Amino acid sequence: MTVDTGRIRTALARHWYAWAMVAPVVIVLGLIIGYPLGRGVYLSLTDADETNVERTIGINHLPATYRFTGLDKLTAVLKDEVFLDRLLWTVTWTVSCVTVTFALGLGLAVLLNRRFAGRAVYRSLLILPWAVPAFVSVFAWRLLYNERNGILNKLLDGGGIDAVPWLNDPTLAKVSVIAVNVWIGVPFMLVALLGGLQSIPGERYEAAEMDGASPWQRFRHITLPGLRPVSSTVVLLSTIWTFNMFPVIYLLTRGGPGDTTEILVTYAYRISFVNSPRDYAGASAWGVLILLILLLFAVVYRRALRKQGEV
Amino acid sequence: MRHGIAATALIAAIALAATACGGGDTDGGGKGADGKISGTVTYWDTSNEAEKGTYEQLALGFQKKYPDVKVNYVSVPFGEALAKFKNAAGSGGSGAPDVLRAEVAWTQDLANIGYLAKLDGTSALADRSDYLPKAAAGTRFKGATYGVPQVIDTLGLFYNKKMLKEAGVRPPTSWTGLKAAAKKIKQKTGKTGLYLRGDDAYWYLPFLYGEGGDLLDTGKKQVTIDDAPGVKAFAAARGLVASGAAETDATDGWDTMQHAIKNGDVAMTVNGPWAIEDTLAGKAFADKSNLGVVPVPAGSGGQGAPQGGHNLTVYAGSKNLDASYAFARYMSSAEVQAKTTEKLSLLPTRASVYRNEAVAANPNVKFFKAAVDKAVERPWIPEGNSLFQAVLVQFPNVLAGRTSPKEAATAVGDAYRKLLKGDWK
Repeated sequence: MTVDTGRIRTALARHWYAWAMVAPVVIVLGLIIGYPLGRGVYLSLTDADETNVERTIGINHLPATYRFTGLDKLTAVLKDEVFLDRLLWTVTWTVSCVTVTFALGLGLAVLLNRRFAGRAVYRSLLILPWAVPAFVSVFAWRLLYNERNGILNKLLDGGGIDAVPWLNDPTLAKVSVIAVNVWIGVPFMLVALLGGLQSIPGERYEAAEMDGASPWQRFRHITLPGLRPVSSTVVLLSTIWTFNMFPVIYLLTRGGPGDTTEILVTYAYRISFVNSPRDYAGASAWGVLILLILLLFAVVYRRALRKQGEV
Repeated sequence: MRHGIAATALIAAIALAATACGGGDTDGGGKGADGKISGTVTYWDTSNEAEKGTYEQLALGFQKKYPDVKVNYVSVPFGEALAKFKNAAGSGGSGAPDVLRAEVAWTQDLANIGYLAKLDGTSALADRSDYLPKAAAGTRFKGATYGVPQVIDTLGLFYNKKMLKEAGVRPPTSWTGLKAAAKKIKQKTGKTGLYLRGDDAYWYLPFLYGEGGDLLDTGKKQVTIDDAPGVKAFAAARGLVASGAAETDATDGWDTMQHAIKNGDVAMTVNGPWAIEDTLAGKAFADKSNLGVVPVPAGSGGQGAPQGGHNLTVYAGSKNLDASYAFARYMSSAEVQAKTTEKLSLLPTRASVYRNEAVAANPNVKFFKAAVDKAVERPWIPEGNSLFQAVLVQFPNVLAGRTSPKEAATAVGDAYRKLLKGDWK
């Protein structure tokens, strides 16, 4: 004990300056991340809803009357087949979005990595979807997709093709939301991978060419391994973002038709903000489960990479 | 790893945090010794684009009667108002309005949480005997009154007189009749008969009532939607779409519907008085008398449309209750209601207004009054608003033929039993 406090004291004495410097960050993070997170986890262990939480209505103060119910809410959610349904689609959605976005981003990055006239223009044009706020582009897409008055179907009509129910058919709606998310996500991949490509030394390509490696062999054995450090990080980030991509789903289809495009976060939103009375405990339970799934994914993913000698 | 966790945590935290937005505050005010009211009344109006100009003028008219009161008129889109109000009202009321125009189903929901002031015995309800009994029923919760009825409404069948005449059909009185009429319309004009909203569960109710069913039996505390009529109602709606008599969408229904009827792309829609003004603005109705309204078609077990409407509710945390009561009373007064009828063809909630000559002469009011008298009251329970969510999950898929009517009705019934607390069967 005395040894411990002594050690802490010397550590504090030696690094007090460093501690003082990080203190504001720690406090701010604690407030904006730690408190809501802790509160959410706590609510998921109760039966809190809109009618029993503490609320102040003008001068009247109503105390909280919800009870601690332990893991009841979490087990109820896990037993609910809605959760498994939504999880399955969320995983499909995430995997397809990330794969397609990565493939397109990589393709474009390789194309734009050579010297040609107007390269700067192409690069800035391709980054455009990133510069437009997500909700604006999603609304634009919704207008494009409209079955009767949308531009997409007007164009197809000109070619003699019948109206396509972009957002009205469950399967097509799934494809449509994925397409929009890919459109929004490609610039990020493009920029990150372009940076990665430029950090691969040119001598390697020259040496490979001298040895008679084909373009495909050069791509497979120099470009891909060279991109590893960048690609592993962007894939992880992109997975987490896509898994929780609320605006695209909510603004494009509101989870419809029916609930076919509803991902985990939009369903949690429905429980907590659309249904009445708002079920805070249920929504928190969903939130906690989403957090656990993503944490698990991040840990497994990093482990797998480390085994391959990365990071 | 660290980045991964931090990003995960941040996103999860945002997802978990129930945000409450702050905003402006209301001036304190009240009743002076001479009984005069003063201060500011913030009013959230939820009327649609075509209506809000009229409502703003009327709301500001309150200042002429009470020069000491300032009315702060805020137009809030109907779809967002409930969530916005809840966010503001629970957190001490900063940013919450004093008076909210609440849809009938919101009234019990908000009263149940304690956000609304009881209006019994206040000046807001000064002449309550004048209100139609049906309109008054939607303002009550657990024996107390939480709203002043402003407008009442129901659904009817809107039709383009010229198109029906061209096809040589009379306005249909039953869904089977509508199917036959739509066929003729298609032959003669090439246009679709009906636009049926598939992205709003409210449009399922005429089918349900038409089969003699209901969502719930609140008296017996029983879920009834998964009984035979509920299944038949889904099947009837699907039948219209499958036969090509109706077209529908799973998203953007309101805009698409209004676009279609206004352009003359469809001959009929099912809609309420709130849509009259907007529909008449379309090029198909340049001659305003071209719009006809008849009761919603009957099913195999009767005929009925849901009763809806809007109440003026007063926020329990308002700092200016006296002025708010007076404002709510004013906005539902006979004088204001006569004006909304004259300008917007909305239905008054006061018996006395229907005796007004100009009101009585309005053909749309004449029709809708008769329809409202026969309209079916919805279950006045706090979960009333959520009942629609479960139907909405199934409705578009039934219309598209991907879910069978039986499966859909069962799924909605299961969802209701999960939603309703207590001893519901």
